[in-house]
Amino acid sequence: MTTDHETSKIEVTLLLEAIYLKYGYDFRNYSSAHIRRRIRRRQELTGMENISAMQHRLLHDEEFFQTVLYDLSINVTEMFRDPAFYLAVREKVVPILATHSFIKVWHAGCSTGEELYSMAILLKEAGLYDRLQLYGTDFNELVLQKAREGIVPAKAIKDYTDNYQRGGGISSFSDYYTAKYERALLAPELKKKILFANHNLVTDQVFGEMQMIVCRNVLIYFSRELQKKVITLFYDSLCRGGILCLGSRESLQFSGLADRFSQLVDGEQIYQKMYE
Amino acid sequence: MAQREQKKIAYDAIVIGVSFGGLQALLSLLPSLGADFPVPIMVVQHHAAQADDFLARHLDSLCQLQVKMAEEKEMAQAGVVYLAPANYHLLVEDNQSLSLSVDEKVNFARPAIDVLFESAADAYGARLVGVVLTGANNDGSKGLRCIKEYGGLAVVQDPQTAEAPSMPEAALAACEVDHVVPLAEIGAFLNTLLMGKIKDERRTSNIQH
Repeated sequence: MTTDHETSKIEVTLLLEAIYLKYGYDFRNYSSAHIRRRIRRRQELTGMENISAMQHRLLHDEEFFQTVLYDLSINVTEMFRDPAFYLAVREKVVPILATHSFIKVWHAGCSTGEELYSMAILLKEAGLYDRLQLYGTDFNELVLQKAREGIVPAKAIKDYTDNYQRGGGISSFSDYYTAKYERALLAPELKKKILFANHNLVTDQVFGEMQMIVCRNVLIYFSRELQKKVITLFYDSLCRGGILCLGSRESLQFSGLADRFSQLVDGEQIYQKMYE
Repeated sequence: MAQREQKKIAYDAIVIGVSFGGLQALLSLLPSLGADFPVPIMVVQHHAAQADDFLARHLDSLCQLQVKMAEEKEMAQAGVVYLAPANYHLLVEDNQSLSLSVDEKVNFARPAIDVLFESAADAYGARLVGVVLTGANNDGSKGLRCIKEYGGLAVVQDPQTAEAPSMPEAALAACEVDHVVPLAEIGAFLNTLLMGKIKDERRTSNIQH
């Protein structure tokens, strides 16, 4: 006999299978502890009796599926998150990017875009803006829509300003937004250089030949096998000498590709693809 | 239950949650654990977002056990103490590897004790010990209740010995706690419980509240 809790684990596995078969989104190789937490939270919020009831509903109600899809995407982000990372990019990565005649930067799993806008500001201040194209991708259309709007909560501005300064900002952060009531609109000139597109790291292919790929705090949600697959995708999407930036607790250690990159900055997960 | 009694050790892991006053509490507890401690220990301590690995290194130098920051997807090993890194939730997977997440704060905290406790309960079921120590909020009480629901063991620091009593008090209010232990005795209590020197006296202990 299985306990209720074991039954609930089985139900989550079945629900992920149902999502994949019906809608094509593949969460089967995500961290199950994380997925379970998100699904149970939605179950609590909706007051459904069990996860099987959720599965039934999302198979027959696409709107409800969209809610669950939003739950399952990673939506916590901020501008200049981990200022030390941006400082390292300014000091160690910008000189490398500057050697390219045209610079393409891909933020994979960009969510609502805060970190991508941060990178746009940084590269603008580095004087690379006239030969730059930034791409932001996510599998969730809802967060991409927010990213395109480029609006952040005004109450976050104080923290963002602090992050910006500690991340080596050389101007005033207030140059980059217009505050209106409780919202702050990011400068339209930042948007000009950014293209947002739908791309799923789990099921889609190589995105193009990039000079830099930034994917921070996304891989932690994946199983080791899936991490390996996605890092291979990044490897194939980088030019020789291209830069890969991961989250502060992520690494290439188990990707099988660690020897194809060199670590560019001690203490930061910033790697350079070998020239071979 | 019959199966459990045949085994010397009834538990496969310990999870510890601590907040305000945490450094002192961990300095008191962790160094007293024996070198051959037979299970992994996962710890969530609320702390400043910008903290580095200093605490792990400091504790490691004082403990017989290895103390380290948890790395994502590493297997939880017996005799190792894993600390949740600043700004990440720490979770345990079913295969007893560790995961990190940057999801929303829970109980205004990241890492949150509830997140660790609930995922560990999923992974270890009844073979888990949850320990709630000093703190000035109520994080951990939902998680400890979850551990109890799965059949695990709930241990709470005696609030009278806590620098901030609200967190242990909230845990005591949230579920039927098996053992309430003064801070200075928790290390010895866990040694005894896990080293198999006495039979597990859950729910009949003299130090039960």
